[in-house]
Amino acid sequence: VLPYAQEITIMRTAVALLAAIGVAACAPTPPPAAPEPSPDDARVAAGAFESRYQPFPSTPTLIRGGTVMTAAGEVIEGGDLLLVDGRIAAVGRNLEVPAGARTIDAAGRFVTPGIIDTHSHLGVYASPGDQAHADGNEMTRPVTGHVYAEHAVWPQDPGFPRALAGGITSLHILPGSANLIGGRGVTLRNVPARTIQAMRFPGAPHTLKMACGENPKRVYGSRNQAPMTRMANIALTREAWIRAAEYRDQVDRWENGDRTGTPPTRNLELETLADVLRGRILIQNHCYRADEIANRLEIAREFGYSIRSIHHGVEAYKVADMLAEEGVGVSIWADWWGFKLEALDASNANAALTHQAGVTTVIHSDDAIGIQVLNQEAAKALAAGREAGIDISDDEALRWITANAAWTLGIEDEVGTLEEGKRGDVVIWSAHPFSVYARADQVFVDGALLHDRTDPARNPITDFELGIFSGEGN
Amino acid sequence: MRITRTLTAAALAGGLMLAAAPAVAQGTFAITGGTVHTMTGAPIEGGTVLVRDGRVVAVGRDVSIPQGAVRIDATGRQVTPGLIDSGTQVGLVEVGAVAGTVDRDMVTGPREDLRSQIRAAFTVTDGINPNSTVIPVTRIAGITTVVSRPGFGLVAGQGAVIDLAGRTLDEMVVRSPSGMFVRIGEGVSPITGARGATMMILREMLEDARTLTPRTYERGAVREFTASRLDLIALQRVLNGEMPMVMEAHRASDILAALRMADDYGFRLVLTGATEAWMVADEIAAAGVPVVVKVMQNLPGSFERLGATFENAARLHQRGVRVALTSGDTHNARNLRQEAGNAVAHGMSWEAALRALTTEPAAIWGLDGYGTLAPGSVANVVVWDGDPLEIMTAVAHVFIRGREVPLVSRQTQLRDRYMRLDDYRSLYDRTQR
Repeated sequence: VLPYAQEITIMRTAVALLAAIGVAACAPTPPPAAPEPSPDDARVAAGAFESRYQPFPSTPTLIRGGTVMTAAGEVIEGGDLLLVDGRIAAVGRNLEVPAGARTIDAAGRFVTPGIIDTHSHLGVYASPGDQAHADGNEMTRPVTGHVYAEHAVWPQDPGFPRALAGGITSLHILPGSANLIGGRGVTLRNVPARTIQAMRFPGAPHTLKMACGENPKRVYGSRNQAPMTRMANIALTREAWIRAAEYRDQVDRWENGDRTGTPPTRNLELETLADVLRGRILIQNHCYRADEIANRLEIAREFGYSIRSIHHGVEAYKVADMLAEEGVGVSIWADWWGFKLEALDASNANAALTHQAGVTTVIHSDDAIGIQVLNQEAAKALAAGREAGIDISDDEALRWITANAAWTLGIEDEVGTLEEGKRGDVVIWSAHPFSVYARADQVFVDGALLHDRTDPARNPITDFELGIFSGEGN
Repeated sequence: MRITRTLTAAALAGGLMLAAAPAVAQGTFAITGGTVHTMTGAPIEGGTVLVRDGRVVAVGRDVSIPQGAVRIDATGRQVTPGLIDSGTQVGLVEVGAVAGTVDRDMVTGPREDLRSQIRAAFTVTDGINPNSTVIPVTRIAGITTVVSRPGFGLVAGQGAVIDLAGRTLDEMVVRSPSGMFVRIGEGVSPITGARGATMMILREMLEDARTLTPRTYERGAVREFTASRLDLIALQRVLNGEMPMVMEAHRASDILAALRMADDYGFRLVLTGATEAWMVADEIAAAGVPVVVKVMQNLPGSFERLGATFENAARLHQRGVRVALTSGDTHNARNLRQEAGNAVAHGMSWEAALRALTTEPAAIWGLDGYGTLAPGSVANVVVWDGDPLEIMTAVAHVFIRGREVPLVSRQTQLRDRYMRLDDYRSLYDRTQR
C-alpha cells in the first residue's frame, strides 16, 4: 500500500490521464494521432467531481481534563486536547491555553477520535424509505463498475445529522450488494451540505464495492439470468478482471508512447477495474461464508490485486488466519445473524476472534440506526470477546470504529486517532463510550463544533425535516 | 354471544392455553448475596432468592436455606426477574430468507388482495419450534419470555407468549393467544386505498363479529360477512375481553383513530410501533392504553414516522402511559436490554426501564406470576455480573421455570470450536468437541 500522499498524487495523475483519453474518445472520428491535451483541458476535466469540501469555521479549542482515549495505544486520564486551525495541535496533560482559545471542561467525561463507519448507505437509501429513494443497487446487470455511489447520495438524508449526534465524523457510502461488482463507494465528511462534492473527503481514495454469495445469485437467478449459482458469481467476476487487465494494458501501452493503431476508447466500467489493478482503488468486498471469503482471496491472487476489507464477514472468524496472512481487513457487525442462510454460522465473538488473529478489524453499521450507536456495537463485540476470555483493551476496541476504520478507507494519515497533526475530529462523551448510557455531548469536525447536545442551535437539521418536527426527532 | 365458550369454537379458533403452575419437582436453588430487584419494592442488598419446584418461594435477607438446596453465590451481582420481550418472532423464524423455516404469517392470496389481509383466526402457536437455535441465543442474554407474534397484515392473527425453555410447546406456552395483531396506517393503506377505508373495514368486521351467532350462521339467516366465520369468532374473543387488540400504528392521527375505535367497541387495546405516540401521550394515558415501544427508532423512515425520536418511551412514561419495551427483532431479541439502556440514556428512569421489561409486559399480556421476584412468582430469574441494562454486563445464571439453563448456544459452540484454529484439522473430530 502506498503512503497516503503518494497515492493521492498518483490518483490525480490518473484522473488527468483518463480525462485526456476521454477527450480523444469523444471525437467523432479518431484523429491519426491522439492530441496532447493542453494543461488547461486536463486541469478542468480532472477537477470534475472532485471534493469541494471546506471545513466549517473553527476557533482554537482546548478540551481539558477528560479521559483522552487516543485510539493510538494511549489512554490519558485527566488529559487535554488542543484544536487549532481545524487540526489536533497537541495531546497531553496540562496544556497551556493559547490566547483567544475556547476552553471546554471535560472532567469526568471521555474524549475520543471522531467515529468512522466503513459501511453505510445513508443518502443512497435515504429516509423516508421509498422507491424514489432507492438508489443503491443498479440491478440491471451484475457488473456495474461504471456507477458511483456519490452520484446518488442525497445530502438531505436526515440520517446524516443523526449519525453526527452519535459521534460519526467520517463515513463510507457504498452501493448495495445485488451486483458482483456494484460500483464505486465514496468517503464523506459528515457535515451539512447542499452537494455531495461539499461532503467528499478530500483526497480519500476511491473504493469499489464487490459482492459474493446469495445476493447476486438471488437477484439475477430469479430472473433466469446469470449469475444463478456461486459458480457463475466467480466466473463473471473473473471475466470482468480479464477484460479489465486487457483494458489496462491497452491504455498503459498508449500512454507509454506506443501509439500504433486506434487509441483505446474510454470505458467507465473498465476504467474503474483497471485502477483497482493499478492499486489505486480499494476493494470493499461483501462476503459472508468462510469458503467464499477464501475464494475471494484466490481471485485477488489470480489477478494481482488486494482486497482492503471483507464486509459483513459473518464467518470471518473461521478464516481469520488467512485474512491476517494476506493483510486483508474485516468490516463486520457485532451481532447480526440469521436473516439468510449464509448468515447462520454467526458468533458475536467474531470481531474478537479476528482481532486476536491479527486481522485489522472494524465494526461497521450497514444501518441508519446502528451508525448512531457504533460505540455500543463495538462495546457488545468487546464484551463477547472478554466473555470468551480474549484479552482486548478498551483502546484496541476503540480502534475498531476509529483507526482501523480509517485504514480500511485509506484515510489513516488524516483521521482515526487523537494524534498531533491529524484532522480535528473529536467526540466528547458524557460517559465511557462503551457504556449504553454514554451520549456524544460535543462533536467536532475539523475543529469546528458541529454538534452540541446542550445547544439546539448546534444541531444540524436537514431541509427535509424543516417545518415537520425539527429537532424533536434527533 | 356465548359461542366463544363452546368447545367447537375454541377448538377451531385455537384453544386458550395457559401455563399451568410447574408441578414437576425441579429442585431447590438458593441464589444468595446479590442485589435482588424484586420489582415489588425496593431492591434488597445481600438478598436471597429461594426457588423450589419452579416457583420463587421466599425472597429476603433472612431466608433460611433448606438442606440440599443448590447454592448460587450472587455476591456483588444483580438479580432480576427474567426479561420479557413484547414483540418478537422467536420460534417462528429460523432463517429469515429460507421460506420453509418461516412460520410467521398465513398466506391466502396475493398481498395486494384485501381479503388476503384478514386472517384473524390464524394463530402462530402450532408453528413455534421449541428446538429453534434462536431460543438459546436469546435466553443466555437474560431474556426468558417473549411475545411471538405474526408479522404483517391488516388483521395478521394471534400471537403467543412463551418461556424460552422446554422440550414441547406445553412446557413453554405462557399464554396463547396473547392478542389479535392488527396493522393500520401506511402499512396497509396502499392495499385498502385510504386510512379511512382501513378503519371502515375493521369496524365492519367488528359489527359482523357482534352479529354472528351459530344459529344465525347455520340457518343462513345473515347477510354476507366481511370475513370468514372463524375470523369473526376470533374477533369475538377480542370483543369479549379474552385477548387484547394489538394495533400497530405510527402516525399520531392513526393512534387517535385506534383509540376512538377501542372506545366505540369497548375492546382492550395495546398500541405497538407507536412512533408518534409521544405527540398524543395525554390522550393515550387518559384512555388507559398501554404502549409497546422499540426505543432505537428515531428516523423518519416513512411518512407515518416523521416524529420518530429515541425519547418516545421516556416521554410516554413521564405522561403516565404504561410502557413495555421490545427489541422488535427475532434473531437479535437478545439486544432487548440495549433498548432499555438507550431508553435510560434518553430520559427514562432506570427503574421505569427495568419495569418496562418485567412488570409492565406482565401486566399488559396478563402473565400472572411474571415480572417479579416474590413468593409465588414463576422462577424466571437472571443473575448479572453488573447493571442488567449495560451492554457490557455479562449474564452469570439464567433460570427458567426453576431450572438453570446452560449458557450455551450454537453461537458459543461455533466460537469454542474455532478458538482452536491453530489445530483446524481437528475441528471436526467429534471426540474433541
